[in-house]
Amino acid sequence: MYRYDEFDHAFVAARVSQFRDQVERRLSGDISEEAFKPLRLMNGVYLQLHAYMLRVAVPYGTLNSRQMRKLGHIARIYDRGYGHFTTRQNIQFNWPALSDIPAILEELAEVEMHAIQTSGNCIRNVTADHFAGAAADEVADPRPYAEILRQWSSVHPEFSYLPRKFKIAVTAAERDRAAIQVHDIGLQLKKDAQGRLGFAVWIGGGQGRTPLLAKKIKDFLPEADLLSYVTAIMRVYNLHGRRDNKFKARIKILVHETGVEKLTQEIDAEWAQLKDGALKLPEADVAAINAYFAPPELAPRAEGWGELAAWQKSDSGFASWVGRNVAPHRHPDYAMVTISLKPIGGIPGDASADQMDAVARLAQEFGHDQIRVTHEQNLVLPHVALADLEPLYRALLTDGLATANAGLITDIIACPGLDYCALANARSIPVAQEISNRFADPARQADIGDLKIKISGCINACGHHHVGHIGILGVEKKGEELYQISLGGSGDENASIGQITGRGFGPDQITDAIETIVATYLANRTGADEPFIDCYRRIGADPFKAALYGSEAQAA
Amino acid sequence: MTTASFKTKVLTANRLTDGISVWLGANGEWVFSLKDAFLARHDEAVAALTAAGDQAQADNRVVDVSVIEIEETPCGPRPYRLRERIRADGPTIAYAPAAAARASEAA
Repeated sequence: MYRYDEFDHAFVAARVSQFRDQVERRLSGDISEEAFKPLRLMNGVYLQLHAYMLRVAVPYGTLNSRQMRKLGHIARIYDRGYGHFTTRQNIQFNWPALSDIPAILEELAEVEMHAIQTSGNCIRNVTADHFAGAAADEVADPRPYAEILRQWSSVHPEFSYLPRKFKIAVTAAERDRAAIQVHDIGLQLKKDAQGRLGFAVWIGGGQGRTPLLAKKIKDFLPEADLLSYVTAIMRVYNLHGRRDNKFKARIKILVHETGVEKLTQEIDAEWAQLKDGALKLPEADVAAINAYFAPPELAPRAEGWGELAAWQKSDSGFASWVGRNVAPHRHPDYAMVTISLKPIGGIPGDASADQMDAVARLAQEFGHDQIRVTHEQNLVLPHVALADLEPLYRALLTDGLATANAGLITDIIACPGLDYCALANARSIPVAQEISNRFADPARQADIGDLKIKISGCINACGHHHVGHIGILGVEKKGEELYQISLGGSGDENASIGQITGRGFGPDQITDAIETIVATYLANRTGADEPFIDCYRRIGADPFKAALYGSEAQAA
Repeated sequence: MTTASFKTKVLTANRLTDGISVWLGANGEWVFSLKDAFLARHDEAVAALTAAGDQAQADNRVVDVSVIEIEETPCGPRPYRLRERIRADGPTIAYAPAAAARASEAA
């Protein structure tokens, strides 16, 4: 992974020192909250319902064990013993004291981490496929390009005060695991007919109150032109993006209102001025960044094949876990392991300090020191030998991290919701917990198969409800929580925005409603090999609406 | 002046140093429990609360000051809005690691 150079160390240290001074001046009353708020937000510090919240960047979701151990340490010493991994591949601490945050940032800097640009109207943490660097289906590791974008966008003077926040995601496979079509810019690394690397470029995707899928504006952008072209997009957005209305300020609205053809012409005109200038990526620099992401040396471990088969035969729990949480690696003797942070009845994305320590230890012992955070709020060990899967599973079991539910109905995304968030209108976590408990039976989950439930506690859609196969949006109506259901959303290469089924459901009705939707799917699917989303796309919303609303649906 | 539809109010904020939710108590100090909050039962008392909040904010003791409506119940003051009830009682979920571990074991 990328290692800080002297400049990076000095920059982050200076930023910590600057923020320490700002916090001290705020606490002594030298600066007002009005003056301080933008400063704290620039350093990832929010004020939530019960306390401050610190959002720490995990660039493209990549961590090593030293960093994970540090996150556990921070959770234990400065927080309440846990952290929350987010849909932006970051981690949030929910209870830090403002007076402790400079010390926390100093500790993070020791392991080359920070909280810069995790808030504010700037280019946020660049996200990437959590299987990057290990997946069999990728054309190349997308993370070096995410790192190039991170370096270019960090405190970029031209793009630090954009009309609104800006999110970029990068993937390198046809199978989109980074949800690029719901980002401001989505980049798909690919090869042309000559085998040269470049990008398909998508713009204008996003969720929130106006969910829109991105439009592809370039089928193949040569690798060397990455920064000049992204700069051209940013300039056009910065110039024309609306600043008069926060709710219409994202690039998706600009694309929608201007029209993608006209906007692409403007971007291309801007790009023509830039493409042969200083932003052209030198091959040597790309190679240097790529070197940081060189895959670990994976020794042949062919003995794992036979051992794995024997273990699966003798332990059905292990076999289930392998079936759901283990994916093929590009090296035949290795696998990519998803560590579920979705225990039955647990809080999606939460990990205790002890669990963080455990993951760090296991990554060192079995995973070549590499850990990934997924946008689905799980963790991944991307390089585990098949021969090590069984001892890894045993250790994960001990630490409550071996739930075999990746991609199943209990692998629910949920934002913090009204239990923590000052923006939320309704709770998300208790809804996720109740659904998880209702569908806890492993056999039932396996029968239902792939099904993504995503829950947001407000229209800002941090829980990605618009792209859930079943999306749940919590709203407040007449002082009570109400949950709207949408169906048919998807964040992958066949992205779609879910459609609202009808009137919402109260907190005591929502799990039954999910049960009704699942029963309708099971009754209508062609067989166990037709997943929920395929079934929904084949039969449409009507059977689900009829099941949910009965004659009310027919009248409508 | 107080009307028949007047709802009792309290003053709430977050403490500057750690962001913890606090309410203004009858003795003028910020307290950690809504039960100990000063209840403003008429407009003049609300005006006093607002003034106290402005002063506390200016003194850099608290942030995010607001006057909220509560219902007086036998168990003590109860905010009308769920948001404020959660601020008063804390998250409605067992978020501590021990609870999380118990949930994991049940999986």
